[in-house]
Amino acid sequence: MTIEKTLNGTELTVVVSGKLDTTTAPELEDSLKESFEGITRLVLNFENLSYLSSAGLRVLLTSQKVMNKQGEMVIQNVNETINEIFEVTGFVDVLTIE
Amino acid sequence: MKELTIAATVENIETVTNFVNEQLEALDCPMKAQMQIAIAIDELFGNIAHYAYNPDVGDATVRVEVVKDPLAVVITFIDKGVPYDPLAKADPNITLSAEEREIGGLGIFMVKKTMDDITYEYKDGQNILKIKKQL
Repeated sequence: MTIEKTLNGTELTVVVSGKLDTTTAPELEDSLKESFEGITRLVLNFENLSYLSSAGLRVLLTSQKVMNKQGEMVIQNVNETINEIFEVTGFVDVLTIE
Repeated sequence: MKELTIAATVENIETVTNFVNEQLEALDCPMKAQMQIAIAIDELFGNIAHYAYNPDVGDATVRVEVVKDPLAVVITFIDKGVPYDPLAKADPNITLSAEEREIGGLGIFMVKKTMDDITYEYKDGQNILKIKKQL
């Protein structure tokens, strides 16, 4: 997994590539934790993310809760496999998927 | 049939995934099924790594079998850790808000939803969990 962050004013865009699983999820969690302060919009770009497991869902839920308090979080460019995971787990109702 | 016996650690999830992927690629497995199986490995082998022998480390065996008519792959996870039936757990409530949600049980729930069959048995001191996916 690679994480690429771009800050534009108070909008942070994070491009997550590879896979988000038990091994890599803690790395994304730590990286996001460092950057939450002062952010009002968090954009997670999953264009190059192949799949995620429940460890990845946990990080998304934690981030959503943080951003609910200080602004918004959107997820962009999810592939079919990831979209199905969001649907099956009901995460479509919790996350904002563009 | 091919099998791999390896220390049940989080670091070895990737080794197991690569081992299974090699068999799947030989079968021209569709990419989507391959990713769903990779997720299942992360959840199931990850569970064994976290809980089966905690706080010690033990071995787990992963077996891959191919079934024909219709073409399917059966992956068996075997460990000698504490008896644990992941299927005994109630499905999580997936209609709660972000604030009320819990992640516990979501992994096995995803595996149930994406695989065609999942069975568990405890036999001869071993947890035996089998998943089947049609290709």
